[in-house]
Amino acid sequence: MAQKAKTKTKAAGKTSASAASGKAEKNKKLYTVIFFHDWCKSCGLCSAFCVKKIILTNETGQPYIEEMDSCIGCRFCEIHCPDFAITIKNRYPERRHTDG
Amino acid sequence: MLERAEIIRQEYLRHDKKFPHVWCPGCGNGIVMGALLRAVHTLELSKDEVVLASGIGCSGRMPTYVDFNTIHTTHGRALTFSTGIKLAKPELTVITVMGDGDSTAIGGNHFIHAARRNLDLTAIIINNSTYGMTGGQYSPTTPYGSISTTSVYGHVEHAFCIAELAVTAGASFVARGTVYHATHLEEIIQQAIKKKGFSVVEVISNCHVQHGRRNKLGGAVAMINSFKENAVRVNKAEKMSAEELEGKFTIGVLADVDKPISTEQYKRVVAEARKNAVKNADEKEKTKVKRYE
Repeated sequence: MAQKAKTKTKAAGKTSASAASGKAEKNKKLYTVIFFHDWCKSCGLCSAFCVKKIILTNETGQPYIEEMDSCIGCRFCEIHCPDFAITIKNRYPERRHTDG
Repeated sequence: MLERAEIIRQEYLRHDKKFPHVWCPGCGNGIVMGALLRAVHTLELSKDEVVLASGIGCSGRMPTYVDFNTIHTTHGRALTFSTGIKLAKPELTVITVMGDGDSTAIGGNHFIHAARRNLDLTAIIINNSTYGMTGGQYSPTTPYGSISTTSVYGHVEHAFCIAELAVTAGASFVARGTVYHATHLEEIIQQAIKKKGFSVVEVISNCHVQHGRRNKLGGAVAMINSFKENAVRVNKAEKMSAEELEGKFTIGVLADVDKPISTEQYKRVVAEARKNAVKNADEKEKTKVKRYE
């Protein structure tokens, strides 16, 4: 039992260390928010209720996102869009780093 | 793999109809339609098994866009048409979408008697507390003192509560949700469709164009935010005092009772009546023969 407890504490220590070193950022899930602008009526519900406040609106009220990596994938905008104009998809980071 | 939102958009909507739909920007009807489609999708009902009926009003446009068996009926008579559909083909899942004026003013009698009969129907009532389509006249659910086109100096009558009316009329499942709590709404619609017997889902929705603008309640965002603040879950409301609950409304499942369904009882009556009819016909033939002898 004592050994188990030790390993547990070790594991806990490891995870906390890795979080600090930025491993959590690597494991972070990424999402893409796709706006279907043909059906959007610029009601502003998505930008008003966004949890992370990343959905911005332009001068005509159409939504857009600049910091797509901050999206946590809660799908609040997707299920509250009255016009079926928002889709959220999982996004996987590119395996190879390309130049440019 | 397709996301759920994409499946719903591609499979459950009629793309030959004019999209974007006719409802105003930010209208809750679209959110209710989305919740209904997601509920049907998660219950894995086939599109041919589901019937969507509606009356007149903003909510009456919903069957136009949805790719089920649909019927758009006369004002207030959506429940009577769905009663007929259910009795003719009991294997179908019949869902009725109505507005507050459609269900409680013009079709009020049909509503309470459908609840009393306890047919296996699901009624979704979108309550936006005004007649939105015809220009903002007051409806039976318009709050006391609020301004509408037919009550310019403040409404003098009191509103009634649709969910409580359904409970007292004898519906076997009654629940209330709002358009802000869309996931909760999806869950209660699922429960209502699964439930055998008459089930009512009242959805508190926003009409910021006709009701909100005249009463200075703000736009779509402000009205939907007010539902978030004023809604109290049923289990939480039991512990609160009457003073705390003033101006608020409860959401969640308000009644869930098991009762014999009249469609099944009706089948039994039909079977017995047919037996008797055969007997009577036999006896008549015997008597006829005797007479001629």
